[in-house]
Amino acid sequence: MTARDSDSEVTGTIWVRHNRIDVAVHHLTDGSDPAHRPLLLLHGLGERTPESVPETVRWPGPVYGIDFTGHGQSTIPVGGGYTSEILVGDVDAALEQLGEVTILGRGLGAYIGLLIAAARPDQVLGVVMSDGPGLVGGGIHPGSPSVSFPAPWASETPDPFALIELSRDVRPPDYAQTYVRFVLESSKLEKALMVCAVARPEWLLAVAAEPGVGHGTVDEALQFYAAL
Amino acid sequence: MVPDPVSEVLALPEGVRRPDRRREVDAAGVRLSVAEWGEEQAPAVLLAHGGFDFAETLNRFAPMLADAGYRVVSWDQRGHGESAWAHLYSWEADIRDAAAVLATLPDEPLPFIGHSKGGSMVMHLANVAPHRVSALVNLDGLPSGNNMSDVSELERTRMQRDEMDRWLAHRRMLSDKQRRPGTLEELAERRGRMNPRMSTEWLQYLVQVGGRQDADGWRWKLDPTMRMGGFGPWRPEWSMLRLPGLGVPMLGVMGLEIEVMGWGSRPADVEPYLPPGAQFEGLEGVGHFVHIEQPRLVADLILEFLS
Repeated sequence: MTARDSDSEVTGTIWVRHNRIDVAVHHLTDGSDPAHRPLLLLHGLGERTPESVPETVRWPGPVYGIDFTGHGQSTIPVGGGYTSEILVGDVDAALEQLGEVTILGRGLGAYIGLLIAAARPDQVLGVVMSDGPGLVGGGIHPGSPSVSFPAPWASETPDPFALIELSRDVRPPDYAQTYVRFVLESSKLEKALMVCAVARPEWLLAVAAEPGVGHGTVDEALQFYAAL
Repeated sequence: MVPDPVSEVLALPEGVRRPDRRREVDAAGVRLSVAEWGEEQAPAVLLAHGGFDFAETLNRFAPMLADAGYRVVSWDQRGHGESAWAHLYSWEADIRDAAAVLATLPDEPLPFIGHSKGGSMVMHLANVAPHRVSALVNLDGLPSGNNMSDVSELERTRMQRDEMDRWLAHRRMLSDKQRRPGTLEELAERRGRMNPRMSTEWLQYLVQVGGRQDADGWRWKLDPTMRMGGFGPWRPEWSMLRLPGLGVPMLGVMGLEIEVMGWGSRPADVEPYLPPGAQFEGLEGVGHFVHIEQPRLVADLILEFLS
């Protein structure tokens, strides 16, 4: 990983390298307590990190947001090939820079938040799983196979390949459950996952049903993790 | 014809022939190198190589089909052989690339043949484009969920976690990663660990057609960022359930010697999924690379099936 650019001011963009992708990690604020554990925003499918911290997001410390591969300011890969697992790698590259974080994921970002929490339980102290684009994914098993060619060589994000491929990403409930158990076994938190989404596709229903997974509004979940 | 490699060390294995032609296909921005054997006007067959192989691993097998009157069309998958390295790799991307190659062939149904991963790919492609396939040949490429039947659920979960950890560790090490160079003999020896039934002569030949000689030694022409395995929700039955509804004749050839690069599937694992009328051949004493170990036998099975 190489830092292509960094900014010593309160806000700016850190660039982290994930294989051939430059991933933009936006530093939105230091908050009232710059020494507090940061909040990391994971956007939904087709979105990008917002320009500033949304008013509904109350967090005492720094707030960062990742632009996933093919989104926002991050590199657009040529010829697609997206999987959720690649996006988990994006977040992992950012965690190397950021250290411990709490994650607020929207839609697709909520699913990625679950997977990275399972992979890095020591660094991810709480995931808030909220509504947003890409929450459903591609269902619990593959649909009828087809091949889609979106308009190639998009010059701007979001990459049409990302929109197509990541909306077909299959999410079996028992697969998601396995990652919940990894999180609950390894995390030092009592409630390491909080399901706040109103919409609950099958994978998220399975997550929400696991003992040890918390529930509440996004604000309640954020205040719970902020107080830790 | 692409010239045979100049070798100071070795004689060419018997019967090898490099592709008669190479051409390029643009698959949504990814440059794919297509390798063909046989007359351009002959009826085409689509032939997909396996993972971490390349089209020129077919240099002995493909000419046998070509000499029987076919235009054999293969391609180096993204990241493999002469094709470009990509930003990302996925099953969906590989299928889309295969469809891009298929789209360059005459608009009529043709046989799809694939080995290992390539076998699963053409099985998928036959479902994507049933109007373009006339017959399906699968060479030791039928995955099975039963090859870990002696592993407990707890152990399987642990393996899933280990796989995720290893995958992320791999992703963190990728920047500027290069393949390890070596002498021709060393590369052949390394590949031999994953292809233990291949002869030294054959493996050393493969280095010359699938490797590149840099100042510090030979390297395989394979993107070093690709990795076998990975983590994700894929299940073997998802592939196998594409088989029973296949509407064209099918030939399955399976090597009965279990090998590290194979799926570990047994005939009993796949027979329930075969479409009505399918022909299935289990080859005793043959490993995963059925078409390399027994090219004449496998080519004859295919030619008879296609006739």
